[in-house]
Amino acid sequence: MKKRLLALALASLCTLSFAQGKDLKVAIDPTYEPFTFKTPDGKPTGFDVDIARALCEQIKRKCVFVEQVWDSMIPGLQAKKYDVIISSLSITADRLKAIDFTDKYYNTPSRIVLKKEVSYSGPASIKGKKIGVLKGSTQEKYAMGELKPAGVTVIPYEAQDQVYLDIKAGRLDGTVADFVEVTGGFLSKPEGRDYVLAGPELFMEKYFGTGVGIGLRKGDAALKGELNAAIKTLRDNGTYKKINDKYFKFDVYGK
Amino acid sequence: MNWAVIFEPQNLALFGTGIVTTLTLLLSSLAVGAVMALAFALALTGPWAPLRWLVGAYTYFIRGTPLLIQVYLIYYGLGQLEWIQARWDSVWPWTHFKEPFFCALLAFSLNTAGYTAEMLAGAIRETSAGEIEAAQAYGMGRWQLMARVVLPSALRRTLPAYSNEVVMMLQSTSLASAVPSLIDVTGAASRIYSDYYLPFEAYLSAAAIYLVASFCLIGLFKFAEGRLLAYLAPRKS
Amino acid sequence: MNAYYLAILQGAVLTVGVSLSALLVAMVLGLAGAGAKLSGRPVLVALATSYTTVIRGVPELVLMLLIFYGGTIGLNHLLEALGSEATVDINPFVAGVLTIGFIYGAYMTETFRGAILAIPKGQIEAAMAFGMGRTQAFLRITAPQMVRYALPGFTNNWLVLIKATALVSLIGLQEMTYLAKQASAATRSPFEFFLFTAALFLIYTTVSLLVLRRINARYSLGTQRGRLQ
Repeated sequence: MKKRLLALALASLCTLSFAQGKDLKVAIDPTYEPFTFKTPDGKPTGFDVDIARALCEQIKRKCVFVEQVWDSMIPGLQAKKYDVIISSLSITADRLKAIDFTDKYYNTPSRIVLKKEVSYSGPASIKGKKIGVLKGSTQEKYAMGELKPAGVTVIPYEAQDQVYLDIKAGRLDGTVADFVEVTGGFLSKPEGRDYVLAGPELFMEKYFGTGVGIGLRKGDAALKGELNAAIKTLRDNGTYKKINDKYFKFDVYGK
Repeated sequence: MNWAVIFEPQNLALFGTGIVTTLTLLLSSLAVGAVMALAFALALTGPWAPLRWLVGAYTYFIRGTPLLIQVYLIYYGLGQLEWIQARWDSVWPWTHFKEPFFCALLAFSLNTAGYTAEMLAGAIRETSAGEIEAAQAYGMGRWQLMARVVLPSALRRTLPAYSNEVVMMLQSTSLASAVPSLIDVTGAASRIYSDYYLPFEAYLSAAAIYLVASFCLIGLFKFAEGRLLAYLAPRKS
Repeated sequence: MNAYYLAILQGAVLTVGVSLSALLVAMVLGLAGAGAKLSGRPVLVALATSYTTVIRGVPELVLMLLIFYGGTIGLNHLLEALGSEATVDINPFVAGVLTIGFIYGAYMTETFRGAILAIPKGQIEAAMAFGMGRTQAFLRITAPQMVRYALPGFTNNWLVLIKATALVSLIGLQEMTYLAKQASAATRSPFEFFLFTAALFLIYTTVSLLVLRRINARYSLGTQRGRLQ
């Protein structure tokens, strides 16, 4: 009888994983080439992933990557499914109400992407067109705040690469996305041939925030301090530049 | 628990849109599916072997694969084919494949048609041999036989199993949230969850809505069974 | 391209794992529920009836989302209330298995209840007269015969359960539907990947049908069937 109870107790423990020890669980949404994506055989890769690995080396913990759908990134963090979010999460006032951020580790603007033939001169000029955005992203906030009132149909998708799938299929006329991401993940590919970046660089702080940082739970001050120091170290000792140059021809750290 | 958020007007409106979408999807896919099911059931019990095999292969595929995969195949898969892409800007009926609602409707209709066809075919096969012989003795042709003797009785006998199918189809409409831009009840709940981080309140509300809808449907079918299958009920003496 | 197909096949192994584990949970719950409904005690009957009614009335997806998102937060709140520093994480595999097991436990309850009711009561009475205890009577008399009556309903429930595992992809478990969706978005060719996954499901359901037919034949040895033709 005692053996059975012990076995039962051990078995039930297997379903729970107590988050102590050296592993750092990092949440990623691997549908965001070239920042976060997967190789065909399923290994996470990209700028965010490489930065995460470099940071983990600095703070001497092992990175364990956890995949998560974008719009439940923050709820998952609060539910303690993982410890940090390193997946191109922008620092915005709204998000700061729920979670904490480290200093930024890159900052690139967003752009509207439309077909070559369409001439863009402000939100009203694309009235009636269908624009796809990532559900829960800063670009969605911008689209809902600026484009939707002007009569544009904004459709949220659960992953950015599904937006590209539907653009390729012809169901969408364009998207609002981070300009580096859309260049690497869509415009440089065959299906992005007929599309261009339209309109000005979008930097509005009320929608897009002040750059991309690492998301942490509120009250996790020790980890925040460690990661901030690590980011600074990476910038100073050249590791950041090395990772940056692997993917981009310019410095994504921004202003 | 923060229930007040659910009752804010914009969230109630979101659930309202969700209910309308769910009910529209349910009723239209049941209607279209029922018509297709009748045709398929006649094909499955008909005299032409190639037609039997074709429809049999179709029901085998529908009943052997998940509805989610069927929805993805129709929404994403068909959208990828150049043949369809070339036509869906101008040629009717291919224009409808662009719309998410139509794709979901098609997937659900094909699904319910597959299951209902097999149910109906089973009921047709189990029609009492004596009734069929009597009709043939009267000189009824094949179609007359079907329309006057076999189908009325088979349709009634399918009712209990069909009521199950209708309730399951109501639950299956929750998969419409997997299609981008369709806001059904589950989609509305997911939206509220990701906006306010309140999983319990959002999904419990959705569950309550589905429960009420299911009870209404089951009640409706019990009433229908009482009227149409009264001859099979136990004697009241 | 081939690496994607290989990854989906690995996801298929996970699908089989989820479905078999969920089946175990469902069978345990089904026996418990059937026992409760047949026990005659009003509390147990009411409990079991509300269980089967709620399951029939709520979509599987909503239950899965509730248990996955709500369950983790709920458990963590509980642990905080108890003063513990530890955090608990219900991973998608466990959430999926528990949800699907819980849902199909309700359907199994009905199947097992019908099967147990189909066994002539005289056999249990004879077993009692022989001095067999309740458990012994169940294991030796009821269970073997119940298998035969339960098999058609069981087969149906199992086939529907296999297909329900596709829903676990929506809470992030990397089984074949999830991997097919990612592969199709990354390569912009959804048709082939989803067709491949559909074929894998078809293989799984066909193999299950064949296996269950053999089990049915084995358990039906010695029974007589009416001549219908």
